[in-house]
Amino acid sequence: MDTLIADAAQALQSFVGSDLVEVTLLSLEVSGLATAISLLIGLPLGTWLALTRFRSRGLTLSFVNTGMALPPVVVGLFVASMLWRSGPLGGLDLIYTPAAMVIAEVIIAAPIVVGLTVAALGQLDPRLRLQLLGLGASRLQMVWWLWKEARLPLLAALMAAFGSVISEVGAAMMVGGNIRHQTRVLTTSIVLETGKGEFAAAIGLGIVLLALAFLVNAALTWAQQRGQQR
Amino acid sequence: MTGAARPGPSASPTPLVEVHDLVVMRGARAVLAVEELGVSEGETLSVVGPNGAGKSTLLLALASLIRPQSGRLLLRGTPVERRDELAYRRRVGLVLADPLLLGASVFANVACGLRFRGVRDDEVRTRVAHWLDRLGIGHLRDRPARQISSGEAQRVSLARALVLEPDLLLLDEPFASVDAVTRAKLLDDLEGLLDETHVGCVIVTHDLDEAVRLGDRMAVLVEGRLRQCDAPERVLSAPLDEDVAAFVGAETRLPGRVVSTHEGIALVDVGPCQIEAVSDVRPGRAVLCCLRPEDVTLWSVDGRGLLAGEVARRLSGTPRTSAAAAPPRLASSARNQLPGRVSRTVSQGSLMRVGVDCGIPLVASITRASAADMDLQEGGRVIATFKASAVHLIPLTG
Repeated sequence: MDTLIADAAQALQSFVGSDLVEVTLLSLEVSGLATAISLLIGLPLGTWLALTRFRSRGLTLSFVNTGMALPPVVVGLFVASMLWRSGPLGGLDLIYTPAAMVIAEVIIAAPIVVGLTVAALGQLDPRLRLQLLGLGASRLQMVWWLWKEARLPLLAALMAAFGSVISEVGAAMMVGGNIRHQTRVLTTSIVLETGKGEFAAAIGLGIVLLALAFLVNAALTWAQQRGQQR
Repeated sequence: MTGAARPGPSASPTPLVEVHDLVVMRGARAVLAVEELGVSEGETLSVVGPNGAGKSTLLLALASLIRPQSGRLLLRGTPVERRDELAYRRRVGLVLADPLLLGASVFANVACGLRFRGVRDDEVRTRVAHWLDRLGIGHLRDRPARQISSGEAQRVSLARALVLEPDLLLLDEPFASVDAVTRAKLLDDLEGLLDETHVGCVIVTHDLDEAVRLGDRMAVLVEGRLRQCDAPERVLSAPLDEDVAAFVGAETRLPGRVVSTHEGIALVDVGPCQIEAVSDVRPGRAVLCCLRPEDVTLWSVDGRGLLAGEVARRLSGTPRTSAAAAPPRLASSARNQLPGRVSRTVSQGSLMRVGVDCGIPLVASITRASAADMDLQEGGRVIATFKASAVHLIPLTG
């Protein structure tokens, strides 16, 4: 065991000189961008679903909840088939680019943001909306204050979305292709190194991935804790 | 007719806020149907009624927070259209039964309505400070709103509405979530504030005392319908129908028929006996005799005391329901004197509610001290007396 960890450190050191920084930054970039876009789509959509009553609302929520459990590899397959040269969106020339990875990861993360936003706002007392409107809030002001009120569970939604995309490998592999200097990220590197039998390097990369996820979540948790004290 | 005011337009020519032909449906059921109700500048209108009567729905409609199926909402005579709703809501301050404070400081909570209106920071600070002090919660300014007591929270909720200096203050059971002592103190303060600010106010409550104390007028809602709207004293003394009578505490309600009227006194046959009432209802009319328990005086027959022995002696040998021999009368100005037996007693704090079977069931409210003095026992003989003016007659249709 000791030797394995020592080997991992050594392998990582040889990696550092070459690709580690690049791979880590691309991981952060793709996951960060995908999370941000998911938030832009998911927060308004989730808010609308949480605050509006319509006939097929239950069915819609079931779809969203299913979406939260989408297998990344299936999403990858779907996006790849769309973006392949011969696919309907092949003309965009996006296959095997970071942009394609962002698209796939948005499809994975957006339902999570929608679903958890519905849950977060659903926890608030429904009369709070009446109270805010009764104090003269416009619709937009009301939504903004409801978000502030539900900031803790909304942060949890953000963490869940980021966590799902940074750790995801299936879709990144299928639409990104794990091309060195272009679409190679931490998770696809781990698959590659493992495939090559370079277990030490794979473990080293795994540790970096874990550390990254930990740092981002620690920052968000810190923000959450601060929010709780108010 | 008894001459009691019908629900109708309020006294002032142009009310501050009024609703016309308001109907709110829930499914196929009309939970609220009010023809006309208004509140004038500086007036406090209390809205009372049993649970599920539609009181809160009415308040939300007045706040323009629900869209009724039909009806008009008018501000100073001008209809509030859909596009004016936000402007209208910004003239209103709403306080709900639960304070529903935001997870922020007390200051931020009180300031939020001003923030909605885009009021400048320095003005926000001055106005919030003023109202926090006015409600005696200045020291809580920087405390997290979730960590204060329920009484303090309701003060924050009141400050949050009053800081807006609204034209109309809408209060939905504002004291429902606080204990009796806090409630009394809050009620005192609110009464002072309403006098002082001269703000128009609608207060929904199921507490009759609160409604009578705060209201310039009192509206009684039963099953979504406005049954009566009048000065609180009028509603208490002259309820328009049986539901209102029951709600305002006329516990004795006896159906009968007017036998004769003489010099403004109606003689009503209620079956086993006859009751005299000050009323101009014409003979032959079916009526409901309403009597409040505090208007009934009990005289002990079996117990100790000056008259007891004498009355007992004269009562014995006189069958209670005999029409031939008139029962002995006390030398009293109370026109109605009915001998009976105590059927049940229920303690209510310092008061005691006493059920008396006089052939007809009566309810009296007496102090515990009186009950002790009279040595009142269940089954004991008493004479129940009440004045003709204490009986209110409601003409029944049919």
